[in-house]
Amino acid sequence: MANFFLENQDLIYIVILSILLGIEVISNVPAILHTPLMSGANAIHGVVIIGAIIVMGHAKPDDFLALTLGFIAVVLGTLNVVGGFVVTNRMLEMFKKKK
Amino acid sequence: MSTFLLELSYLIGSITFIIGLKQLSSPDSARKGNLVAAAGMGIAILATILFHQKDGQPIGNIPWIIAAMGIGTVIGWMMAMKVKMTAMPQMVSFFNGMGGACAAIISIVEYNAHPEGSSGYLLTVFLGLIIGSVSFSGSMVAYGKLDEKIKDISASFLTYLNLLLLVLIFAIMGIAIVQPDLLGHSVVWILLAISFIYGILFVMPIGGADMPVVISLLTSLTGLAAAFGGFLYDNPVMLTGGILVGSAGTILTVLMCTAMNRSLLNVIIGSFGGGGAAGSKGASGDQTVKEISLTDTAILCAYAGKVVIVPGYGLAVAQAQHICHELEKKLEEKGVEVSFAIHPVAGRMPGHMNVLLAEADVPYPKLVEMEDANPTMNNTDVVIIVGANDVVNPAAENDPSSPIYGMPVLKVWEAKNVIVMKRSMRAGYAGIENELFFHPKTKMLFGDAKEMLGKLVSEVKEL
Repeated sequence: MANFFLENQDLIYIVILSILLGIEVISNVPAILHTPLMSGANAIHGVVIIGAIIVMGHAKPDDFLALTLGFIAVVLGTLNVVGGFVVTNRMLEMFKKKK
Repeated sequence: MSTFLLELSYLIGSITFIIGLKQLSSPDSARKGNLVAAAGMGIAILATILFHQKDGQPIGNIPWIIAAMGIGTVIGWMMAMKVKMTAMPQMVSFFNGMGGACAAIISIVEYNAHPEGSSGYLLTVFLGLIIGSVSFSGSMVAYGKLDEKIKDISASFLTYLNLLLLVLIFAIMGIAIVQPDLLGHSVVWILLAISFIYGILFVMPIGGADMPVVISLLTSLTGLAAAFGGFLYDNPVMLTGGILVGSAGTILTVLMCTAMNRSLLNVIIGSFGGGGAAGSKGASGDQTVKEISLTDTAILCAYAGKVVIVPGYGLAVAQAQHICHELEKKLEEKGVEVSFAIHPVAGRMPGHMNVLLAEADVPYPKLVEMEDANPTMNNTDVVIIVGANDVVNPAAENDPSSPIYGMPVLKVWEAKNVIVMKRSMRAGYAGIENELFFHPKTKMLFGDAKEMLGKLVSEVKEL
């Protein structure tokens, strides 16, 4: 336990501070922005695509399972990122027009 | 040098996510916030392809990676551009599912590459796999439900089955970490399968009215899955991005539950429309409703001083937001003061109604939030309710046995006249009877919202 804590101290700091930041940043949002915000958050967790790129980029040339799955993962991750940001932008564009 | 550039890009990415989320929570800067976060994401992705190294090896298979990203970009872009504003919630759910699947696949590949890893490593891999696949299958069910492709299936045994599956998942994971030889390497597929089924059964019994809460919850789950990926690769941008979304999504989920006066546990386990619903149904069984004709409605509205339109999900389904705006304009030409009263959870997601009405060019100041609308109800002449039900149910105020008792509602019954536009006498999304329809001030106008509003506009025009 103590070892785990000392070894991963940096990560634990990042996790705790990120949690608090997430709560702080969101807590005062007006109800009209709930849907765009959820959509924006949805796009941000598309950051998982970086993991997919790492998988794909370091897969051995003869490891077809890793290559195939990595390829699919990159496609799906890109869908999440691109779709997420574009949908959010479309929602917010409509609010802007009214100004 | 390349490591420095990589880490610098990740730092920039993390900061843009935080700034982006912050800006997304204020109407003036929201659009910029989204673009800032998108730019940060682009930088982080590009830096990964260019500078990432594992054991001194740079990223390979770049043509394949670019091809995959190209496919994803084209499909994602087209889907996002083509989707109708009314179908937005299920689109978000769909993209969320993609992220979950991505996280699950990463875990599978990582497990196959290092099945003999340390217990901490295995824990991270398995958690990413479980959360990712639950999020994927759950999001797909939520997508299907909102798109009305999947019907609600409620059975009380599902609660127990789900609990059992959850225990099973963690038991298998525990064994696979402590005694890796006992289950062999195929354990990764077993966990994938059970998590996938759990995701389906977890969302299946939850009623359509609670779907926004579920999507928000699944979004934060995918964030968590991404964060486990960050642990796996010691990747700070995945970690901060994932955790940020995880905690922000959780808060958003809680905010939505608060708006409906329900606890999260209640949403997940409780089935709506139980005992209390049956009770109030019996009470109102022998009451009659009053119908009103289109012409009478038109006259009533055109000669009123102040009209408030309460839009609900029925308006979204009927795609009636444009014709609703038309009615508003026609009435204003007659000198009537028109506004829209928006309940925080109207539609299928909080803020959904605002997005829809904004699409129909309804000016911003016309959209009045519930807290500001309620005090003005008693000097309103006519309230037109278009396809809303539970958010105007007086039972939330005066019937402690009702499942929605305590939920803040729009007090439309305080207005002088209430016109309810509705397809039939069917109960609302929550499946409970609405006392309002039998209220002495209430008159019903049955029919499809778009059709009826269209006719109403031409009636008003002729006056």
